[in-house]
Amino acid sequence: MTATAISATPDAHSSTMDRARALGRLKFADASFFWMTIGSALIVLILLAGVAVSLFMGAWPAFREFGLGFLVSDAWSPPREKFGAATAIYGTLVTSVIAMLIAVPVGLGVAVFLTELCWIPLRRPIGVAIELLAGIPSIIYGIWGVYYFRPVMQEYIQPFLISTLGNVPLVGFLFQGPPFGYGVLTAGLVLAVMVLPFITAISRDVFDTVPPVLKEAAYGVGCTTFEVVGNVILPYTRVGVIGGVMLALGRALGETMAVTFVIGNATKIQSSILAQGTTISAMIANQFADADPGLFTSSLLALGFILFVLTFLVLAAARWMLARMELKA
Amino acid sequence: MANPLYAGRRRRNAIWTTLAYAATAFGLAWLVLILAALIWKGLEGMSLDLFTKSTAPPGVVGGLLNSIVGSLIQTGIGLAIGAPLGILAGTYLAEYGRNSRLATVVRFINDILLSAPSIVVGLFIYELLVVPVGHFSALAGGVALAVIGAPIMVRTTEDMLNLVPNQLREAASALGMPQSLVIRHVAYKAVRAGLVTGVLLAIARMTGETAPLIFTALGNSLFTVNPTGPMSSLPLIIYEFARSPYAEQQKLAWAGALLLTFAVLVLSISARALSAQTQQR
Repeated sequence: MTATAISATPDAHSSTMDRARALGRLKFADASFFWMTIGSALIVLILLAGVAVSLFMGAWPAFREFGLGFLVSDAWSPPREKFGAATAIYGTLVTSVIAMLIAVPVGLGVAVFLTELCWIPLRRPIGVAIELLAGIPSIIYGIWGVYYFRPVMQEYIQPFLISTLGNVPLVGFLFQGPPFGYGVLTAGLVLAVMVLPFITAISRDVFDTVPPVLKEAAYGVGCTTFEVVGNVILPYTRVGVIGGVMLALGRALGETMAVTFVIGNATKIQSSILAQGTTISAMIANQFADADPGLFTSSLLALGFILFVLTFLVLAAARWMLARMELKA
Repeated sequence: MANPLYAGRRRRNAIWTTLAYAATAFGLAWLVLILAALIWKGLEGMSLDLFTKSTAPPGVVGGLLNSIVGSLIQTGIGLAIGAPLGILAGTYLAEYGRNSRLATVVRFINDILLSAPSIVVGLFIYELLVVPVGHFSALAGGVALAVIGAPIMVRTTEDMLNLVPNQLREAASALGMPQSLVIRHVAYKAVRAGLVTGVLLAIARMTGETAPLIFTALGNSLFTVNPTGPMSSLPLIIYEFARSPYAEQQKLAWAGALLLTFAVLVLSISARALSAQTQQR
C-alpha cells in the first residue's frame, strides 16, 4: 500500500485520483493507528479504575453491614455472619514486617557486593542468579516451603527460638507456644526470600547512578569500601533505595500462594509469631471457594478492596520516590 | 598498622564486607536449595504418563495432560488479549504521549498494575466475567492473565522504543512517511528483539500465576479445550495436589512444579539474553 502511494506518478489524471485515494487511505491508517494506541493506553487506566470500582461494589454489602468497625473487628464467623478484617490485616502487616526486616539488610548487602566488591566478570552471572529468585513462581515457593522449609522450622529453628528468645523478658511473648512449623514467622521468612531480588535489583540500579567521580574521590582520600557505601553511595541514593524497599513491601503485602501454604490459616490473632495466622490474600484464596454468596463473599471482597488500597498507597509512594531518583540521575 | 584509628576502620570494613559476602551467599543458597529440591522431587514423578494422561482420582495412574494443555490455552488467551493491548499502549507512551499529562498518568498507573497483587486482579475478573455469566471459565482465566501480562509488555515496549535513535525517525519522516508507518516499519523493526523480550517476560509471568485463576478458571479434572468452561492449569493442579494426602498426587504436584519452573526460567533467561542483545546494539 505504501509502495503504490509513493511510486504513483502524478501526471496522468487517473493516477492523480489514485494518488489522492491512496493518500486518503494512508491518512486513515495513520489516524486509526494513533487512536488504537491511545485507546490501549486508556484501557490501562480503565483497568485499574475497574479493579477499584468492581471490588468496592462487591464489598459494599459488607461495608454497609459492619461500617468502619469491619476494619478493627477480629471476628470471623461464617455461621453467625460476623466478619471483621483485623485478623487478616494484622497477619498481612506482621508477615510483611518480618519479611522486610530480613530482606532489606540482605538485599542491600547483595547490592553492595554486586556493585563494589564482586569480581567484574562474575557480576552479571551472580546478578542474574539472584534475579532468577524473582522469576520462580510463587506457587513453587509454597510447595517448597511446606515440604522442605516447614519441617526445618519445626525441628530446629522454632525449638531453638522458643528455648532462647522465648525466655527473654519483653520480647519473649513473641516466641512462645508449640513449634508447629506452620506460622507467621515461617511465612515471613519465605516472603523475605521472595522479595529479596526486588530490593537487590533496584538498589543495584540506583547504586549504579552514583557518579563514579564521587566514589573515586572518596576512595582517593583513603575511605574504606564500607565508608564509601555508608557516606557516599547510600546518602546519594537514599530516595531510590527507599522506593525499592516500598516496591518490595507492596509485593510482600499482596503475595498469596506461598503464604497460603505455610501460614497455617488460623483466623485468630495470636501474640506469638510462631503461632499460625492468616493474611488478607491467604484468607481470600482459602475461603473464596466455600463462601456463600451474600455477606461472606462480600466480606472477602471487602478484604480484597482493603488489600488493593493498601498496596496502591505503598506502590504509589514507591513509584513517586523512584521517579524523584530518576530526575536526579 | 600502628595507628589504632586506621586499624579500627579496617576492622569495621572487614566485618561489613564479610556480611555483604554472606548476604550474597545466603541469597544464592536459597536458589540452589529450591532448584535442588525441585529437580530431586520432580524427576521422581517424571514419566511418559505425565504427558499422555489426564489427572485422575487417587489410586488410578494419572498425568498432567489436561493441566499442561490448560496452561497453554489460558496463557494463549492472555497473550492474544494482552500483547496487542500492551504493545499498543507502550507505543503510545514512547511515540505519541511522551511527556504529556495523559502519558505520565498512564505510566504511573501501569507501574502500579505491574506490581498489584494478582489475587486482587482475580477478584476483579471474577466480578466482571464470572458473576454475570454464572459459571467459571478458562476465558475468564485468560483475561485475568492478560491483565497481569499487559503491564509488563507496556513497560518493556516503552523502554525498548526509547532506545530507537531519533535520527532514524527523522530520516523516515523526511521521506514523507506518516508517523504510524515510521513507528511500524522503522521503530518496531529496530527493536524487534526487545518487543519479543517483553512478550517472553509476560508469558513467563502469566504461566506461573496461580492466585487469579482460583476464582476464574477454577480447575477441572477432565481434559477439555472448551474455553467457556472451567479448565485446569499447572499452577492450579500444583496448588490442589501439593495439599493432597495421597503420595501419587503429591508426586504429580512436584513433577508439575518442575515442569512449570523449568518453562518459566527458560522463558525469562531467553528474554534476558534477547534484551541484552538489543541494548548492546
